[in-house]
Amino acid sequence: MELPAYDPQWLKDLLRYMLIVRCMDGRMMKLQRAGRIGFVGSMHGQEAAMIGACSALEAQDWLWSGLREGGAALMRGLPFSEYIAQMYCNSNDTAKGRQMCNHLQHKGSHYPSWSSVIGTQLPHGVGAAYAAKVRGLDEVHAIFFGDGATSSSGFHSGLNFAGVWEVPAVFCCVDNGWAISVPSSQQTAQLEYERKGECYGMPGYAVDGNDVLACFEAMKTLVARARGGGGPSLLVLRTYRMQGHSSSDDPTRYRDAAEVETWTKRDPLERITRFLESQGVLQAGEYARMESELLAEIDREIHIQEAAAPMPLKSLVEDVYGDIPRHLRKQYNEFLGVAKRYGDADVGDGVFPL
Amino acid sequence: MTTRTLLQAINDGLHTVMKEDPSVLVFGEDVGVKGGVFLVTEGLQKEFGKERCFDTPLSEDGIVGAAIGMAMNGLKPVAEIQFQDFIFPAFDQIVSEAAKLRYRSGGQYTAPMVIRTPYGGGIQGGLYHSQSGEAYFCHTPGLKVVIPSTPHDAKGLLIASIEDPDPVLFLEPKALYRAVKGEVPEGHYTVDLTTLREARPGKDVVIFCYGAMVPVAMKAAELASENGIDCRVVDLRTLLPLDEEGVLEHAKAVGRVVVLHEAPRFCGYGGEISALIAENCIEYMEAPITRVAGFDTPFPNTLEHHYLPDHRRVLDAVERTYHF
Repeated sequence: MELPAYDPQWLKDLLRYMLIVRCMDGRMMKLQRAGRIGFVGSMHGQEAAMIGACSALEAQDWLWSGLREGGAALMRGLPFSEYIAQMYCNSNDTAKGRQMCNHLQHKGSHYPSWSSVIGTQLPHGVGAAYAAKVRGLDEVHAIFFGDGATSSSGFHSGLNFAGVWEVPAVFCCVDNGWAISVPSSQQTAQLEYERKGECYGMPGYAVDGNDVLACFEAMKTLVARARGGGGPSLLVLRTYRMQGHSSSDDPTRYRDAAEVETWTKRDPLERITRFLESQGVLQAGEYARMESELLAEIDREIHIQEAAAPMPLKSLVEDVYGDIPRHLRKQYNEFLGVAKRYGDADVGDGVFPL
Repeated sequence: MTTRTLLQAINDGLHTVMKEDPSVLVFGEDVGVKGGVFLVTEGLQKEFGKERCFDTPLSEDGIVGAAIGMAMNGLKPVAEIQFQDFIFPAFDQIVSEAAKLRYRSGGQYTAPMVIRTPYGGGIQGGLYHSQSGEAYFCHTPGLKVVIPSTPHDAKGLLIASIEDPDPVLFLEPKALYRAVKGEVPEGHYTVDLTTLREARPGKDVVIFCYGAMVPVAMKAAELASENGIDCRVVDLRTLLPLDEEGVLEHAKAVGRVVVLHEAPRFCGYGGEISALIAENCIEYMEAPITRVAGFDTPFPNTLEHHYLPDHRRVLDAVERTYHF
């Protein structure tokens, strides 16, 4: 098969973005195991799916995420500092420490956080894509979710509304075979998830989610289709979650070592690395150098975020509404009396005017 | 000023805002060409086109979920849920998503939107066209819950809700849609979402109520006055956030309190009003705080006129409170 003529530097960047995901993921898992952060939803194994597909997006496009798309946000502009602050849920966290770890967001690259409830972001992405359409904005909305989410009401209403409204959206189903401990065979009687698109009047395709270039090419086609007014589509990225659902999960309880071994051999980073080496794009030792540079950069940020202050107590009642209503100011002031008595209140935790 | 029904006032409010602000959209089931099952949105599609007033697929969680996305991307959605009884498939989108978006994102993302829905009994609609579910939603920080009872307030509160930076659940008392008429100013005006309204002055007993129970309380007050009991009626109109200071002022001034709603009593909104008064000004009370509410049963059909609190049950509570 003849490949398109890719720019060698672009290819190398692609590998670098995948490596960022792998390095960040590894470091976060270590921090969790050391008790420094609370929760990690590992992206290990899914680097090609997220980086390949999201490489096809433009800066103005939106990325609606599930648990494991933080690596794509890093590529699209989420700084390491903010990513790590959100994992620490400290006072540098743009979400003000309110979400549990790993529920990342980055407004600058149009990346809202998901809630945790499965499938709810699908109709949000559809509504936002509808807004782009009626406002005449040149935006495509990439809406990510896992295979388990295809059973949710949000999947049905999201795809149904998208089809009727012909919005500029691409639904990206990251099929990693497992919804925590439930395999696809118990999730649906139609394992070819891409065929579900047809029911909503949109084309569906499946692609090898561990082949970063295949993910990119498929997404590029569907993004161009959406941008050109061709409407929504469904893209299934077939991959595998190499680790547990989260740092709180032990996958050996429900899946075979042989299955994991099969997918280990399909590691997306090894595949693109081998390919780039065979093409002469990547020189010997380059991968290792890239990796050590990235880890050093991540470690520097970890040290900074480790020292950051927790959120001030006042944030307990902020951002519930645009203004802080009187009853919340009152509740906080009453709480503060007790907090002061027991030494929990710091300078800056002052009372609100009533 | 024009005399309008409550339904016409809401329609007028939608017209007014859509004319002024092209980012306002109205959508839901049957709201377009039909103008809604109660005809609240009549004429909007004709005037503003199918892009700004349109029918959606029959999916409440889709309607509210899409509205959230629209609000996050620069539009001002006014979504209709055909009956409040049908809102529960969207409960997750309202409670877990719209209400929590500002908080969970640290203020980075917000969902300024309105969900309009007719609530309450009085139309022989049985279990699934009659419920009064405000308490489910008033337990949700981040949401605002508004219930008008007069045409003037309906239009002014609706415009304020559409302009509000936070998601508002706008519950419309369907029993009053065509049953109440009143003077409604032309054009743009708002009724702010932070204050209750004294519907009738009085010094002996105060009745706290909202929505379709306001006229019931007014009638009971009229009858009570014939027996020499001077009732004050307070229309709460914004249930969340509640004008707590206003409630306490009226409770302290009168000293005898009846709380009235058509929803079931247990864990109903009246419990919150009672507790608020008991916690803050029990020393002013000259009689126990009394609740009048729907039964703790599903909503009946043929016996709905007995399920719904009427002026006789309210009057009975007023007399018991007064003579305690």
